[in-house]
Amino acid sequence: MTTATIDKAAPTRKVKYGSMSRDRAWALRWSYFFLVIFAIFFLTPPIYMFITSLKSSAEISAATNPWWVFHPTLENYIALLTSNQFLRFFWNSAIVSIFVVTITMLISVPAAFALSRMRFWGSATLATGVFLTYLIPETLLFIPLFKMFAVIGDWTGIQLINRWYVLLILYPTLTVPFCTWIMIGYFASIPKELDEAAVIDGASWIQTLTRIFIPVAFPGIIAATIFAFTVSWAQFLYPLVFTTSTDQLVMPVGIITSLIKGDVFNWGQIMTGALLGAAPPLIIYAFLMDYYIAGLTAGATKG
Amino acid sequence: MADVTLRKVVKRYDEVEAVRGIDLDIADHEFVVLVGPSGCGKSTTLRMIAGLEDISDGDIMIGGDIVNDVPPKDRDIAMVFQNYALYPHMTVAENMSFGLRLKRYPKAEIKSRIDEAARMLDIVELVDRKPKQLSGGQRQRVAMGRAIVRNPKVFLFDEPLSNLDAKLRVQMRIEIKKVHQKVRTTTVYVTHDQVEAMTLADRVVVMNHGRIEQIGTPNELYHKPATKFVASFIGSPAMNFIPCRLEDLAGKLHIRLTDRIAFPLPPARAARYQGIPRTDKLLLGLRPEHITEARPHLAAGVEAFDTVLDVTEPMGMETLIYFTLEGSQVCGRVNPNAGAEDGAPLRLAVDLNNMHLLNEVTGVVL
Repeated sequence: MTTATIDKAAPTRKVKYGSMSRDRAWALRWSYFFLVIFAIFFLTPPIYMFITSLKSSAEISAATNPWWVFHPTLENYIALLTSNQFLRFFWNSAIVSIFVVTITMLISVPAAFALSRMRFWGSATLATGVFLTYLIPETLLFIPLFKMFAVIGDWTGIQLINRWYVLLILYPTLTVPFCTWIMIGYFASIPKELDEAAVIDGASWIQTLTRIFIPVAFPGIIAATIFAFTVSWAQFLYPLVFTTSTDQLVMPVGIITSLIKGDVFNWGQIMTGALLGAAPPLIIYAFLMDYYIAGLTAGATKG
Repeated sequence: MADVTLRKVVKRYDEVEAVRGIDLDIADHEFVVLVGPSGCGKSTTLRMIAGLEDISDGDIMIGGDIVNDVPPKDRDIAMVFQNYALYPHMTVAENMSFGLRLKRYPKAEIKSRIDEAARMLDIVELVDRKPKQLSGGQRQRVAMGRAIVRNPKVFLFDEPLSNLDAKLRVQMRIEIKKVHQKVRTTTVYVTHDQVEAMTLADRVVVMNHGRIEQIGTPNELYHKPATKFVASFIGSPAMNFIPCRLEDLAGKLHIRLTDRIAFPLPPARAARYQGIPRTDKLLLGLRPEHITEARPHLAAGVEAFDTVLDVTEPMGMETLIYFTLEGSQVCGRVNPNAGAEDGAPLRLAVDLNNMHLLNEVTGVVL
């Protein structure tokens, strides 16, 4: 009786192993299928931009195959990289981004530490409030903000509108809430005993933050930094609304205002400018990719 | 080095009282273990001594000074946590020296203290490693090292061995005892493991529901428990409790367990229990080692009876036997050669010289 059962069970099991690996193979096939589709979907625009950036204006407007370059030229690159205007936009973007990242991290890291560790009255509500702030889109805020700065200008005489540094006030309204939220999640994954040990070792709150939390949560800080940089580098609406003079513009706005004259689109230079503009975040991602992924997952799982 | 005193210490979380008025005097150099089931308030008490929790009421004194409002860093204490709480980005040496570096000790002094602690804990070759490269036992040694180098007034241990496997736990238990013999620092140690409590402590504090049930040396707790909780918590296998009542038979005080079984009490016990009303519901507390196989000649105060065993557990040097008496399961320890077998009858002897008599309602040992 017993032997019969075992004999019967044995082949069933074998089949099951086979079907499991077949399941896996199918899962892999589907994964590759969708990954390839996504890759094509997301890589087509930059490839098209790259192809167009190597074309002269004449070739772009000519009715040839748009996916092929017949007479490659670097004239767009040369024109932009020797144009003081474009370099000015690049410089403005760089300055604004670096300042915004610094300001953001100086605010959000201590804020996240306070909200996640120094339990005080209303800290949980505040933490949720920080996240809700992030959910309000800038399209809803830019008109009231513009009005506010105009009023401040009228009252105090401090002119903020049409100055590049107004962006140092505006961008953190987007970056600080999200970075704080990332860092709260990351700090929450650090065991409570670690700061208790630090407290008993004689560390103050500041020392606990700088000597324990920041080093331990370094991947999270990298993730938040990259996010803040990407947001401030790519932000379009605020600079479009708040800055108008060409010497105050950052790159995304500068490209479209200086390269689109009325209804004339200088496509070659627009594509080149956009490609050059996309380079810095790409380089930063490439270098910090490993940290970034570690940072995101650790923040997510609360592990 | 200092003594620690707790006076009517209370901890309230909103509505719940986690610690309900604790009085405790810990002498200088003493090793005191707080033991009890989870939720009994032992960890909260330790954390209040550390300063990690505020005190709702009462006073805590370290070295004669009230420290109720003194922050942890100024209490001159060191704590070892259950999950080690080592700083993951620092080496072992950096972990151990963190507190000293914050206090700006001279480099040479820090180095000599680390060397000494590392030698004492046998982790000299590990000082340049990161915590993730260490095993659980090594991590716990480093955590102890971090406490030792500070040379504090008081060591606090919060279930330091609970994350280790059973074998390592026994080994580290001995290590902790050795370290205490060397440094002689006043130590408060929290555990839920009564064996750890018994083996390590100069004095054990048994806690339950936020109160102290009994304070005493391990032997006092074992042989003279004050309450049913202490009697059942200390000792493994646990003490047996058999419902019983007192009865006068032929002018001698007897203890009646069942309709069939009643034992005369030894004279000393009879005198002690004489005043108890015969109608009171009582419990006979007997440790398993006082229920053994009956020998042909019974000593004074030892009484024999026949029973049928339910289950036997051979342990090698002894065999644990289980049988039922008036509905309650009773455990005894017999010689492996006594012929104890599952389902077999056996003549057993109870040593009433070592009996305890408890009030079934109040749980107090009479």
